[in-house]
Amino acid sequence: MTTRHTLSVLVEDQPGVLARISALFSRRGFNIESLAVGQTELAGISRITIVVAVDDLPLEQVTKQLNKLVNVLKIVELEPEGAVARELVLVKVKVEPDLRRQVIDIAEVFRAKVVDVAVDTVTLEVTGSRDKTEALLKLLEPYGIKELAQSGIVAIGRGPRSISDRSLRPADRTA
Amino acid sequence: MTDQITGAQSLVRSLEHAGVEVVFGIPGGAILPAYDPLMDSQQVRHILTRHEQGAGHAAEGYAQATGRVGVCMATSGPGATNLVTPIADAYMDSVPMVAITGQVPSASIGTDAFQEADIRGITMPITKHNFLVTKPAEIPAAIAAAFHIAGTGRPGPVLVDIAKDALQARTDFVWPESIDLPGYRPVTRPHAKQVREAARMIVDSKRPVLYVGGGIIKSRAHAELLRLAELTGIPVTTTLMARGAFPDSHPLHLGMPGMHGTVAAVGALQKSDLLICLGARFDDRVTGKLESFAPDAAVIHADIDPAEISKNRTADIPIVGDAREVITDLIVALQAEFDSGRAGDYAEWSALLDHMKTTYPLGYDLPTDGTLSPQYVIQRLGQMAGPEAIYAAGVGQHQMWAAQFINYEIPGTWLNSGGAGTMGYSVPAAMGAKVGRPDATVWSIDGDGCFQMTNQELATCTINDIPIKVAVINNSSLGMVRQWQTLFYESRYSNTDLHSHRIPDFVKLADAYGCHGLRCESPEEVDATIEKAMALNDAPVVVDFVVNKDAMVWPMVAAGTSNDDIKYARDLAPRWDRED
Repeated sequence: MTTRHTLSVLVEDQPGVLARISALFSRRGFNIESLAVGQTELAGISRITIVVAVDDLPLEQVTKQLNKLVNVLKIVELEPEGAVARELVLVKVKVEPDLRRQVIDIAEVFRAKVVDVAVDTVTLEVTGSRDKTEALLKLLEPYGIKELAQSGIVAIGRGPRSISDRSLRPADRTA
Repeated sequence: MTDQITGAQSLVRSLEHAGVEVVFGIPGGAILPAYDPLMDSQQVRHILTRHEQGAGHAAEGYAQATGRVGVCMATSGPGATNLVTPIADAYMDSVPMVAITGQVPSASIGTDAFQEADIRGITMPITKHNFLVTKPAEIPAAIAAAFHIAGTGRPGPVLVDIAKDALQARTDFVWPESIDLPGYRPVTRPHAKQVREAARMIVDSKRPVLYVGGGIIKSRAHAELLRLAELTGIPVTTTLMARGAFPDSHPLHLGMPGMHGTVAAVGALQKSDLLICLGARFDDRVTGKLESFAPDAAVIHADIDPAEISKNRTADIPIVGDAREVITDLIVALQAEFDSGRAGDYAEWSALLDHMKTTYPLGYDLPTDGTLSPQYVIQRLGQMAGPEAIYAAGVGQHQMWAAQFINYEIPGTWLNSGGAGTMGYSVPAAMGAKVGRPDATVWSIDGDGCFQMTNQELATCTINDIPIKVAVINNSSLGMVRQWQTLFYESRYSNTDLHSHRIPDFVKLADAYGCHGLRCESPEEVDATIEKAMALNDAPVVVDFVVNKDAMVWPMVAAGTSNDDIKYARDLAPRWDRED
């Protein structure tokens, strides 16, 4: 079954590491749905959050291949129920001044913020799960979406444990 | 430590610290600073090849014959891209190799400067790891890490690309005391529980086979493998990369599996109820059509690379570890099973396989027109040069015949391009092997097509006193392609006739390169020619064996078909089971 998987990958902050990872996905024929990179609480270590739609078995293979990359420190698959996943969306909606109120009302329902207004556009900022952002975009579509920017999903596990504090201990690595 | 040295001197000193005794390469603009201090090194010998591809394959041959890390060096741009094929080859066959390339000065990187190529980007998918070094202080750590990564775990090629200005700048030399690679920790010690499970499965099985690959040779596990086979009485099949890992003369040896494997080896895998796969990777040339491969078998798969396990065939018992440690532990676990009165009974199975072996031995038909049989030439060569010699094959029919008709008894005596199938591998690889093992007789067994891709390295051999011997199995064709055209394209021989019975004249070519050139055209001359070649040791020898072009490699499992459809000869399928 092809399902959506969220991988959290801790990497050494070295030039080329993103190229190595994305090349590995494309070589094995997997389409990355979303990818977000950022620093972690540890100096020199970045976290890459990858969302990919793939069967379980090839996912295991690609995870193993990722683990072989020298700059990759740890890979964890974040299960939807055990993690918080969020995305930031900036959307510029085409709207005549007389309809602007309607768009702002919709934004309020989704707890989206109006971050910019021009004569015939409104730009909204919304944060949330992909379901939420998709629902908002669906409602805005009839007005006309002039431009859309999405951050890619970032995710973190629920509960007290952290994947990064244990990742550099050799005993944790099996591959 | 107080005196500053150049980055280039730091590189040479780093190579010395890494224990390098020989580098194969060609200088050029960007790597030029490194060649100056290299000239003064008392430890590192540099062998100037005629093409960077030759340098790369020579490093591979050196590594495969000695088990040490091979080193090649080239300049930026085309020098570096000429190394791409050997690097890809080394990646496919897990050959430990470090490639050092010069890069344009760091300020010019990314500007499409003269002789600039993004070799780090190009080699990302074909190296175990690679580095771009732009600061002289980083050179020793990069070289130390490169050798560590190349030679440990599952071996492979590592490229170190060094910007010219980093080679020219002055720096302190500090050889790292330890190598800090938090993301690289290969597991060599197998999981004890998995090994016990495996032992239990083995004693419970009725039709087990040891399916062993190149990992046995890389981990030097041949002695342990022999003990395991003899302790259990389980038959062994050695893949193309594992020829020599288990003695061909041993009664438990079934031969090579796969597309051109023996009927007994292929049959054993297909009929088995338990594959014990050690350091092999279920390559498509071994499995044939995957869905019908070894349909009744459970699988124990031990490999140092976790990504190989369950990649093509799901393993019932996965074991991550070094082959030698796995086998050592497995022997202990099996002994414990035996001590508690549990042992496998494989008598019926062995009898069936012995029957297959005797009914369908490897063989070939001699041509009826008096021309020379390529198989006969290779077989005689193997018999006369013996198991102590090193054989390096090219790719194609002659490679398969060399895998089939030479008896290998010792690991590291069979070198070939297995995974990548690189035509042109043989001559430079033989050269590298001879440099690493100067006392051994090294035979390059090459095809006329392959030979014409890299024979310029004969000049390197002659000038540097590397007396290899080359048997050109000259069928005037791209023989393996021609065989497929015979079988699958109604004998329409599109662009496979090389006319190399006429052009070039290999004897004259040998002469031009300062080698001894011999020619052999009839079966009666074979022994005398080989004897003569064996006696000439003052220069490389090239023997042009002019052979029949219609000879084909059998048995054969056609690409994409099931191993069950193996043909023993054209239109001749073996009967697996005993007829009674």
